[in-house]
Parts: sequence; C-alpha cells; structure tokens
Amino acid sequence: MIAKAEKIIETTYREAVRMAIREAMKKDERVFLMGEDVGRYGGCFAVSMGLLDEFGPERIRDTPLSESGFVGIGIGAALAGMKPIVEVMTVNFSLLALDQIMNNAATLLHMSGGLFNVPVVIRMATGGGKQLAAQHSHSLEGWYAHIPGLKVLTPFTLEDARGMLLAALEDPDPVLIFENTTLYNRKGILSAEATKVNIDKANIARNGKDISIFTYGIGVDKSISAAALLAEDGIEVEVIDLRVLRPLDTETILESIRKTHRGLIVDEGWRSGGISAEISARINENAFYDLDLPVQRLCGVEVPMPYAKHLETAAVPQVENIVERCIKMMNYERV
Amino acid sequence: MDTIPKRKILSIPEKEKALDLLYQMLLIRRFEERSAELYTAQKIRGFLHLYIGEEAIAVGVMDGLEKDDAVLATYREHGHALARGMSPHSIMAEMYGKVEGCSRGRGGSMHLFDAALKFYGGNAIVGGHLPMAVGMALGNKMQGNDQISCCFFGEGAVAEGAFHESLNLAALWKLPILFVCENNMYAMGTALEISESEMEVYKKAGSYKIASELVDGMDVLAVQKAAKEAITYIRRSKNPFLLECRTYRFKAHSMFDAQLYRDKSEVEEWKKKGPIVTYKKRLEAAGLLDEKTLESMEARVSIEIEEAVQFAENGHWESLEDLTKFVYSS
Repeated sequence: MIAKAEKIIETTYREAVRMAIREAMKKDERVFLMGEDVGRYGGCFAVSMGLLDEFGPERIRDTPLSESGFVGIGIGAALAGMKPIVEVMTVNFSLLALDQIMNNAATLLHMSGGLFNVPVVIRMATGGGKQLAAQHSHSLEGWYAHIPGLKVLTPFTLEDARGMLLAALEDPDPVLIFENTTLYNRKGILSAEATKVNIDKANIARNGKDISIFTYGIGVDKSISAAALLAEDGIEVEVIDLRVLRPLDTETILESIRKTHRGLIVDEGWRSGGISAEISARINENAFYDLDLPVQRLCGVEVPMPYAKHLETAAVPQVENIVERCIKMMNYERV
Repeated sequence: MDTIPKRKILSIPEKEKALDLLYQMLLIRRFEERSAELYTAQKIRGFLHLYIGEEAIAVGVMDGLEKDDAVLATYREHGHALARGMSPHSIMAEMYGKVEGCSRGRGGSMHLFDAALKFYGGNAIVGGHLPMAVGMALGNKMQGNDQISCCFFGEGAVAEGAFHESLNLAALWKLPILFVCENNMYAMGTALEISESEMEVYKKAGSYKIASELVDGMDVLAVQKAAKEAITYIRRSKNPFLLECRTYRFKAHSMFDAQLYRDKSEVEEWKKKGPIVTYKKRLEAAGLLDEKTLESMEARVSIEIEEAVQFAENGHWESLEDLTKFVYSS
C-alpha cells in the first residue's frame, strides 16, 4: 500500500497559532476569540490577522481595555457552554485579571465540589528582549504554574504552537498558553493538516548524555544553540523542552537526570521561588543519588527588566551563559 | 440620598402566591436565625453572613426568573439559594462541612452552588462575579437562547473596577443581564457615604447607558413588580438593566462584627420597616393572613429547618483520601 504523502508547509510560529485558531473556529461554532486589538488591528502580534474578515466581529471580538472584565467574561461564557479563547496582550497585563484567573477560573470546580468546570483558554504573550522595559517584558509563567486548578502550557515548536491550542480547547479545565514574543517569527515546517498534541508531557528536543538542560519557550532555542556549540567541545547536552509547566512532567525530568547525572535549569523568569526552584526541588527529592553535582540554575536576574540593551541582555540567560555554565558543570567547578 | 420613588399602591397577588412570598421570606428568616445559633454552637464555622432584613429582594427578584436563567450572588447568599429552590438540607449540610452539602463541604457558607438550578454561587470576592455574570449573558446571546443572567451584589461592589468594566461591557455588547444591587448602605463597616462620591447606584448605570430603577428593597411586592418588568425588558430588548434595591441588614456584617460603625437606634428604626413585618400587615389588612395561617406557616418552616439540621447532623465527612479531588475535571 502506498502511503499517502503528507503535505508539508513552511510557516512561522505566529501562523501556526493562527492556523489553530482558524481550524478550531471552523470546526466548532462555540469557539471564539476575544481580546484587545484581536480584530480590526489584526492582533498586537499579528496572530489573528485576517480572522476578522473570515469570521466576523461576533467571533473575533475586540474588547476595551478591561482585562479583569473580559477574562471574567471568558470564564462566564465558558460556564454558559461556549469555548472562548481569551487573548491577554501580554502576561504583564494579565495581573489585572489575576483575581478572575485565580479566584474564579482555577477555583470554581473545587469550591463547587465538582459541579462547575471552566473550559476557558487564555493565551498570553510573554518574555522580553525588545527593550520594552519593566512593565512589558516579564515572564510570569512560573507564577501561574503555582496555582492548582490551572494548566500552564509553554509551546516552543511550531507543532506545539498549533497543536497545544487545539488540545487546550478540548480540555474541560482552564488552560493558560504562553507564547514568547521572540518565537512568533520563528520559521519551521509543519504538516498541512492541523492536529492536536498532548499537553502533559515534556519533550526531548535534543538527546545527550552529559548534561540535562530543562527549559521552556525561548529557553529551548537558546539551549539548542548552546548545545551545538558545546558539541564542538565534545560535550553532549540533552535539552528537555518542558512544554508544560503545570503539570510538570516529572518522569521525563528524572529519566534524563538518571542518564546524565547533571542538571541545569534555564528560565527567563526570576530565580527566587521560580519554576526553576520547583524543578530543582523535585530532582533533589526523587533523584538525589543520581546527581554528580547540585542542580544548577540560570535564571532571570532579580531586577525589573531594564531598558538599555546591554542591561537587558545581561538580565536574562543567554547562549554564552549556558555554554559557560555547562563547561563549569563538566569540570565540577563551584559557581 | 434620593428618596425611593413611591410606586402606585400595588395590588396583592392572588392568595396562594401572596402567601407563598411570605412563606419564602419566613423560611429565609428562620433559616438564618437558626444558622446564627448553630454558628454560636460551633456547628457552622468560618464566616457566616446573614441575610436578615433583606429577604424581600431575593424572594421578589427570583420570582420573576425562569429556571434556565443563571443566578450569581455574593457570600451573603443563603436567602438567594433558598429562594432559587435549593433545599435547606443541602445548604445546612454544606455549612456543616458535610459531603452531603451542595458543594460537598468544599465551599461552606460562602460557596453554595447548584447545577440543576443554575445557581453559580456563592462568590466571596466583592465584585468578582460580575464579569462572570456578564460572560454568561454573552454565552446566552451567542447561542441565541432566551436565557438571562441575574447578578446580585452589594453596594460595596460598586467601588470595585470590576463593576465598571462589567457594566460597560454589558451595555456595549448589548447583553441580557439583570444587575441587582442590594444597597444596605454598609460595606462591612464602611458606610456608603464615605466610599462613593456618587452614592446613587442606579444613576451610575446611566453613565453606561444602562436602564435602571431604584426600588424599595423592604417591599417584596415592589421588588417583585420591578424585577418582573426589568426581566421582561431584558428578554425583549436584549439589553442590560440595573435594579437598585434599598435595604438594610438587621444583623452585623458577619458573626464577628461588633458593629462599632453604626448606631443601635438606626438598626431599630429599620427593623420597624422590615420586609416581613410590613408584608404581614398588608396581608392581614387584605384579609389574607390570620393568626392561624401564620402559625401554621411558622410551624411548616420550623419543621423544614429542623429536618435540614438533622440532615446536616447525620451527614458524613468527606474521606481524607479524596482531598485532592476536584482540582481538575479528570
């Protein structure tokens, strides 16, 4: 039997997200997109460009600047049987809606003893690197990953950018999806047909035997680049794309540690109490005797994001930092 | 503050309905009084916010809603839950923390829910449920059904940003929602006059181009009529409406409150104008209520409540093994 050739397309991360929104909206009338500038502007990051013309203003719904209001509306619409995709322009602005996300979306199922689930999907742009300064540049995925009742996704690959949204829309519980802004222009290839992917497993982005790097989002990109450089020195780095920060795929993390015995977490978020601390703790608790040295962390420096380019660059882990730390780890140098 | 416009003297509904309104208010009143006793006896823990004095609003508004309409209320929601049709048994068991409670004991007094009755809490963040109520109205509109959302909140919520965002969005998107502001003039210990520059809540609706009315929240018939008209308006025009009901809570904010912020004499004045005492007088004057009827009503209420207490007493504690359930659906 001749296998049908799968049609492949060359596209971008941004377009992959758009594909998912289109596919979902075409298939299910209950799905709609709501957020600031998603319609007439075409989306702050152009994700929803063209969708207003295709689906109309009821389903590609521009909102006023009312994060608390429209996130809460998304929750209510989900309770009423719709499948809203709420777009919060950036994670920095989501803080205005934190009460809705935490005290309503994450908590209703439990407070009601299982009566009311909230199938809302909230997408947010995250990350820095564009000199947008302190109120536009933070990565707060780790914060949200602290909250029981939420699922927190951080797609890196194009397939995940598309497939995770489709999976999230089928999830009965609130799902937050974080899209690092630097990833929107990333090019790649995808099958023409959109399919959903799992939203509970980490992925081995690169196999290696010497060091395990656990990271997500833009960190995967930087870690893969660092791994290529380290390979020239004979150091084989395994890069684990966490993909999901809640629930963390502890099994894949531990398997990797048992293989390499050296762990490094790369996280653009701040160090203290971040998701890196959680991963480190889990490795400590479950694979202590498999470690050759303490788990290492490269995190955002504890400063609100500065504007000047050189300061901003120094404030988050870069490829050179990852390379340098891995070399130190191989030499068991104390940091 | 504005005086409440006097409506034309309202005709009393036919006897069965007229007495039923009294029964519902009595049920709430006695239920709340019993809950206060049980709280003192430490059977009910945490916070307990009593609806005593405000019964006419829940009873009057709920009378005009259909069973498919969605209802959202605050943490002072026992009266709303009862008026909506939840059994005193499931509410009492919930306050006892028993698994037979409406929320399996996971919520307590402030988080009563019922899926069949479309009662969405029981919400303890002041103003926090308004956007959700608007969202439910959006969902109804997008699905093309005839259902409306009914959102109860106190005047304290009017200071929260969520109130303003919710009203703006409801008006902008023409959503079928009834906002019911129960203005009892005190947000916990803070009088309205020291927290709002514009104290007339119904007027604020006007600045969002939302139709509104001010009604005497102590008069169950006035509330019932105003609510019915508002609900008809909403269903017909698919526009929101805000009903401000002036009322007063006869008890403290919660069981912990020493009421240092208001005079006892003010409370006593309002009690004389209470919803039950005034409605009883009207029914008596209309020849619909006599000593015997009232006694038998109180007896029925008493039995219902005692059965509810027994149900709660006999209930079970949820198994500790199930602690981490209901965080995710699967």
